[in-house]
Amino acid sequence: MTGKLGGLPGLYSVVMRTAVQTQFQYRTANYAYLLGMIAEPVIYLVVWQTVAGSQGGAVEGITAGQFAAYYIVWTLVRNMNIVFTPYGWEDRIRNGLLSGMLVRPVHPIHYDLAFFAGWKFVAIVLWLPIAAVLVLIFRPTFDVNALEVGVFLIAIWGAYLLRSLLLWALGMVTFWTTRVSALYELYFTAELLLSGRLLPLALLPGWAATVSDVLPFKYTFGYPIEVLAGDLSTTELFIGLGLQAVWIGAGVLLVALVWRVGVRRYSAVGN
Amino acid sequence: MPEPTPVDIRVRELRKTFRVPEREAGLRASIRSLVRRSYRDVDAVAGVSFDIEAGDVVGFLGPNGAGKTTTLKMLSGLLHPTGGEISVLGHVPARREHDYLRRMTLVMGNRNQLQWDIPALDSFEMNRAIYRIPEADFRRIRDEIVELLEIGELVRKPVRTLSLGERMKAEIAAALLHRPQVLYLDEPTIGLDVTMQKRIRSFLADYNQRYGATVLLTSHYMADVQALCKRVIIIDSGSILYDGALRDLSTRYSPHQTINVVLAEPADLSAYGEVLDSVDGRITLKVAKADTSAVAARLLAAFGVSDLTIEDPPIEDVIEQVFAGSAPNDPTRAADRVAR
Repeated sequence: MTGKLGGLPGLYSVVMRTAVQTQFQYRTANYAYLLGMIAEPVIYLVVWQTVAGSQGGAVEGITAGQFAAYYIVWTLVRNMNIVFTPYGWEDRIRNGLLSGMLVRPVHPIHYDLAFFAGWKFVAIVLWLPIAAVLVLIFRPTFDVNALEVGVFLIAIWGAYLLRSLLLWALGMVTFWTTRVSALYELYFTAELLLSGRLLPLALLPGWAATVSDVLPFKYTFGYPIEVLAGDLSTTELFIGLGLQAVWIGAGVLLVALVWRVGVRRYSAVGN
Repeated sequence: MPEPTPVDIRVRELRKTFRVPEREAGLRASIRSLVRRSYRDVDAVAGVSFDIEAGDVVGFLGPNGAGKTTTLKMLSGLLHPTGGEISVLGHVPARREHDYLRRMTLVMGNRNQLQWDIPALDSFEMNRAIYRIPEADFRRIRDEIVELLEIGELVRKPVRTLSLGERMKAEIAAALLHRPQVLYLDEPTIGLDVTMQKRIRSFLADYNQRYGATVLLTSHYMADVQALCKRVIIIDSGSILYDGALRDLSTRYSPHQTINVVLAEPADLSAYGEVLDSVDGRITLKVAKADTSAVAARLLAAFGVSDLTIEDPPIEDVIEQVFAGSAPNDPTRAADRVAR
């Protein structure tokens, strides 16, 4: 018997509760953060609705209402894929916090996954009224069935897990050098264009759409958004989910590999 | 024949060499280092060997940069040794096996275990999950530690609102909830006031006695060492200078004692030893240890003595002598000087 919940489920339960407590202490800061975050899709939305209006009501077949649906779902997906960023790694290594984590009998990625998962619940509660206001202002067009809602609920957690793994792997570059901001910026720029964050992937030029198809970014943004706001067939829904799972598997392997080599280096050179 | 005490920590020829980049100051050197970097190998730990038996509390002493923390990091698995062997509780620390990590703790600084924004009690709960401590055991151990450290009130406040000393106590509590068998404590009382230092010392002594834990402790406060450690290992420049009983340290490195004497009538005592101080009739004499009893007896016989005490030199002074690399003085020569 190991407490209420043993092992990793027990740890996730405690850390998620801790995250909720911590974040509720910073309600105002969280609201300010959310409002700041909402500004980004609202700008994109206003631009695309204006373009749609000037082109007879649609851009490449996407109407103003569909743009509104896309960017309002965007706000929820963005909340879901906020994860421990590579910038946190620099702080962790410089302040010796990583050493404290390394002498504990659990892989540190579990703290981050659990903590940010807990944070989501606070963020979603705070997001609901903002989403309601956005719906009233921008009048989105939704055509959603139960299957899409079900796939969406899985896909947003998949997006969270995948983005966590990718940014964890990137953050671990800090094991080798602490000046890696330029590398992070490169990642975020590529992600902005190729994930569906800046614009729906259907609007990408051909070459960029091809590149986007062979990279994992779209499974952290565009795919989950389109599950709910787009017009994917049942086959496309499940293929997307399957490919997201494949990328998560690849992410797990990548993190395991980089962690192994990185920790060996960290423990060789010290801190 | 009594059973030999099991050895918890076994270290053989332990070495750690760091490769440190170095260059001259100035722009030219900076540009040159872009093309060609030069490095220097620094032996932080240079062939250290010792055993620590189960239940022992050992003080690990040395000046800054002596290799203490590097050794603790290697023992806890944070650093891979460059050479040599370590075995702790039958584990090789560098492998960081979960079974080993569950049986030891490392307290280094005061921002390791606790979450900044929530009360320590919630961080304790997190440690319960991490170390898989059964609920009933957890509550009992937690309440016991909270009581011993007298932190019942402060564990309910967010950690960021605690003072340095309060945070350190809460850190130590969090580090011991899983009841580790081996404790590595790096400066556990640094920056704390005297009362807080005493509280932590007595807590650690109590923990050691209660659970038979093995403790390796570094501290710059000799009061910590004197209160907790029967044995000390003194290290400098990565090598062990002394490994033995604390009480033997002054015998070996300082052949003197001081006699504090208060006389009824003023007198010149320079023939009895080196007069270190003479204030308000209280005279402090430095005397060879071998002659202390005889000199004291002669003083008592020759003068009207109101008070007389014999003291060992402060441990700080003795250790300073060890670091100074001074060979133990010859007590007979010192005795000659006193008798002259």
